[in-house]
Amino acid sequence: MAHTEWKDAPGLPDFSLLKRLARDQLIFLLEQLPGKKDLFIDADLMSPLDRIANVTILKQHEVDKLYKVELKPIVSSSDQLCFLIRPRIQTVKWISDLVNADKVAGRFRRYKIIFTPQKFYACETVLEEQGVYGDVTTDEWNFYILPLDDDILSLELPEFFRDNFLEGDQRWVTTAGSALRLLQSVYGSFSKVYGIGRCAKMVYESWRELMEDGEQRTRQPEFAKVFLVDRDVDFVTPLCSQVVYEGLVDDLFRIKCGSVEFGPDVTSSDKSIKVMLNSQDKVFSEIRNEHFSNVFGFLSQKAKNLQTAYDKRRGMDIQQMKAFVADELKGLKQEHRLLSLHIGASESMMKKKTKQDFQELLKTEHSLLEGFEIRECITYIEEHINRQVSMIDSLRLLCLLSITENGLLSKDYRSLKAQYLQSYGIEHLLTFANLRQLGLLEEQQAGETLTVMESKVGKLVNDKTVGKLTDAFSSLAKKSNFRALSKRLALVPKSGEEYDLRVPRDMAYVFSGAYIPLSCKLIEQVLERDGWTGMEEVTRMLNGQEFAVTGGSSSSEARSKTDAQRIVLVMFLGGCTFSEISALRFLGKERGCRFIVVTTAITNSSRLLEALLDNSA
Amino acid sequence: MTRAKPEDDEYWNSSKFKAFTFDDEDDEFSQLKESKRAVNSILVDEDEDDVERVSWSGEPVGSISWSVKETASSIRSGSEQSFPKIDTTPSLSKQGSGYSLSSLFKAKSKPGAFQSFSESFSDTSFRTYAPELRKPKSDGKDFVSDLSPEETVRRMQKGRPFSLEKFRSLQDKLLLLDEAVAVYDGNVITAVLIFLKKSLSKEILFRELMARDVALRHYVHYLKEMGEQKLLVELLKALGRTEDMALMHYKEHLNIKDEGRRRDFLKSCLSLPFSQDDATHVQDHYTLLERQIIIEASDKKADAEIFKKFPRKASILNMPIITTLYYSCFYHYGESEGTFSSPSNIRKTFRISEKQYILTALGARAKLKSWFDVDSLFNTKNWLGYTKKKSPIGFHRVVDILHKNSAPVQVLQEYVNLIDDPDLKLSGALKYKCHDVVINTYRDLKDRQQLIVYREKLERDSPEYRKIQELLNNVQIRWKN
Repeated sequence: MAHTEWKDAPGLPDFSLLKRLARDQLIFLLEQLPGKKDLFIDADLMSPLDRIANVTILKQHEVDKLYKVELKPIVSSSDQLCFLIRPRIQTVKWISDLVNADKVAGRFRRYKIIFTPQKFYACETVLEEQGVYGDVTTDEWNFYILPLDDDILSLELPEFFRDNFLEGDQRWVTTAGSALRLLQSVYGSFSKVYGIGRCAKMVYESWRELMEDGEQRTRQPEFAKVFLVDRDVDFVTPLCSQVVYEGLVDDLFRIKCGSVEFGPDVTSSDKSIKVMLNSQDKVFSEIRNEHFSNVFGFLSQKAKNLQTAYDKRRGMDIQQMKAFVADELKGLKQEHRLLSLHIGASESMMKKKTKQDFQELLKTEHSLLEGFEIRECITYIEEHINRQVSMIDSLRLLCLLSITENGLLSKDYRSLKAQYLQSYGIEHLLTFANLRQLGLLEEQQAGETLTVMESKVGKLVNDKTVGKLTDAFSSLAKKSNFRALSKRLALVPKSGEEYDLRVPRDMAYVFSGAYIPLSCKLIEQVLERDGWTGMEEVTRMLNGQEFAVTGGSSSSEARSKTDAQRIVLVMFLGGCTFSEISALRFLGKERGCRFIVVTTAITNSSRLLEALLDNSA
Repeated sequence: MTRAKPEDDEYWNSSKFKAFTFDDEDDEFSQLKESKRAVNSILVDEDEDDVERVSWSGEPVGSISWSVKETASSIRSGSEQSFPKIDTTPSLSKQGSGYSLSSLFKAKSKPGAFQSFSESFSDTSFRTYAPELRKPKSDGKDFVSDLSPEETVRRMQKGRPFSLEKFRSLQDKLLLLDEAVAVYDGNVITAVLIFLKKSLSKEILFRELMARDVALRHYVHYLKEMGEQKLLVELLKALGRTEDMALMHYKEHLNIKDEGRRRDFLKSCLSLPFSQDDATHVQDHYTLLERQIIIEASDKKADAEIFKKFPRKASILNMPIITTLYYSCFYHYGESEGTFSSPSNIRKTFRISEKQYILTALGARAKLKSWFDVDSLFNTKNWLGYTKKKSPIGFHRVVDILHKNSAPVQVLQEYVNLIDDPDLKLSGALKYKCHDVVINTYRDLKDRQQLIVYREKLERDSPEYRKIQELLNNVQIRWKN
């Protein structure tokens, strides 16, 4: 069942190089401020920083004390303060206040801000307006990509999602383009680029511009195809409960930057343990992509094997024992430790999930995906809200209902919204406004004939005009069209059929056989067709914005290098879930290729919805 | 986590280390560097078009040329809004630069020694050398002010020096903005918008943004981030987006900590042009907080038995409606509808559905183990005067809630019996060990085998055990198996 490596899979490029580049640049920047200095680090940069450097390295470069940026007054006796931050106006305002407070107190220090991954003009304007431009010097640390695993690269920019899709701020477009340029300059060019979504298009353009400016390098490409996809092309997938092991761990314990903290309930001791979750963990790498129902069986089998391995000691003579201790024992102990952790985690998950009536929740989700017994689903959601259980879960179900149904009937929308506000706080009407703007939770408008008309017109005219027409239509109403898409792409298998989760037959296994992630299905189809031909209706329902470009450089060369041909880079703009990664790993295994996921951040339903809440100051 | 060593951890929060001082060598070096900075800064001060020059990532960061340029552009800050060339002695920019430089010097030199030196640099006589000295560090195009919108935007994208001064006519400004939008670079779009904000009246800017959605959204986001609430509200008003404006204004209440002020603010929101729906919700919000303040004031000093037995864990202020209802069902059950704190008053005021009310009251009364109150929640009398139990929520859910509040078996049993669906009833009875219900169900199903199986789970000679025994011995029953 475990599929870590398969025979004909192409090898992956070595991404540790990216870490080294980032570390070297950081050291270089620190050296630009000679002498001892105190370093203030943005809270959300601390984990990424931990992955590429450690305190010893910082100390070697005369960093005296480290502080977390908390936007509060500071206690530092150092004459040089260095700030390592994301380019956020609020943080820069805080720094400006510090500098001005020092000025008033007659205290003189040197200040330096290192923005990562880049500076923004708006931030510098704040320095200027606060009268500290010049007192504070600024730098950029182009730490665009953090490799989280062999096949996962992250920009670690969770705010990308809200900024881009809700606020409509394109500040991160160039950042994403720069990340691609970095990959291209280190690992070689691509022969083909596909994409879908407004942001994807812009990122591609920005990347192209960057490449035109920079010097062209003719390197042997290490991957040949790139697929760019906007998160808002598929909101259904990240809103579903995750049931593959890694996704479930993320939903319940929150994986942060490739590491998770297991609490006392998992470790069965009084302390928490932080564990790195990646392919280095031999136990984890075998269960991460498995449906949760298989994990217990696997772990207990593994435990038995371990016991057998330990038992070998019996009847050994001294020499054999010596060899055993030298060669095997350490590995066994390591495995033992990991195994007990993952068993503990599984147990804790079982407990949590049965407590929450997880089965009932899953049943409701599946009904929504299928479009089956919608009334019952609404009643379930209503009770969920009435009982004031998980605010995020209630919201998630509401959004799933709205997207799959193309919006809620007016009376349902009003009543559910009113009950939600009663249960979780009236200030959430701001959250509802956000969700409506994003098309995640909507009230059906009178005259829902638009889609019908659209499809009729579509049949009458040829493709080009359809494109133009849909552009006009999509500005009128952004419909999710989930039901039609699902039918067209066969996302939901016919009910009643048995689905053996131990022997998955398609990507639907990541959702218990109930649904193939739309995003992954699109990728599969486009790669299969080598473009969007034959998918006109699908792209129309997704509001267009699809593209396929053949790279100018050395496409013939790329074709000759077969390994590279079979590595596909998928970039998720606005975040991607572990379930999607598992699905792509499965797809890669089926097709004899490998996927590398580049994402602006790892996301899940909670993170996605929390980014849209507006219920606190 | 890689950072596991305890000594490392210490570094993240300890502060027992002394402040350091520069040693002498260092001192000299930095003085030299500072002098160089000083020179360059003054030179560039001359350049009228450099006002908005910014350096992004273009050159290798940290290189000499970079650091020089960095200071150069920084020192010019203050003069942005004033017209160039009118550079009278106490101008803003010079004061600023003089201050920051001397401050740097003071920081690491013996007092006084270099003070005069640094001042001498800001002497205007040095300015005449500016043009020649400036040349080497510029990259060929000195007259950045002559660039087209395209070229200017390109330079902004790459972090090379640029100037926006020449974009003075409205048409030029808009061309610049449109060009920034055309290259999709949000950073540059915002930069241009900041320039337009400073150089256009807001009426004109608002008018032009109306037809430019992408730029508008950047502008709105920028104002949000800068906390320019007033201007934002004005903008939304001018755009006719009154609902957004109302919400934006309403959002402000989250920043008000004092409950009295928050209530007053919410009151002021009532007249805002919300959608019909939201207007009701905001009205509720105001009423709710008003009530909560009253309840809180009296309950804080309440000495009724219930408050002593179950001391309040938190204040009721700013809690959701349902939490308030629960609180009222917990502490103020049975009060007459006339009082603000009574459950019936809250129920009526906020139009709470029967289902929601029963769920909440059930939870609160079960928590207090007031089984009598629980009973009366469901009791209804029919016209003959018989009491019957009815519930808007399924009785299986009721049982669930009762069980979670550790209701005794007798109570559970009564409600398990009320479950309509026979399957749910049986599984509920099994789950909560309501033996009588289980036994009766099997009896009614004439399922002898199941009864035998169930008997084995029971304690020998317990009443339930004996009951099964009797049933199995009963020859009257025609078992199906």
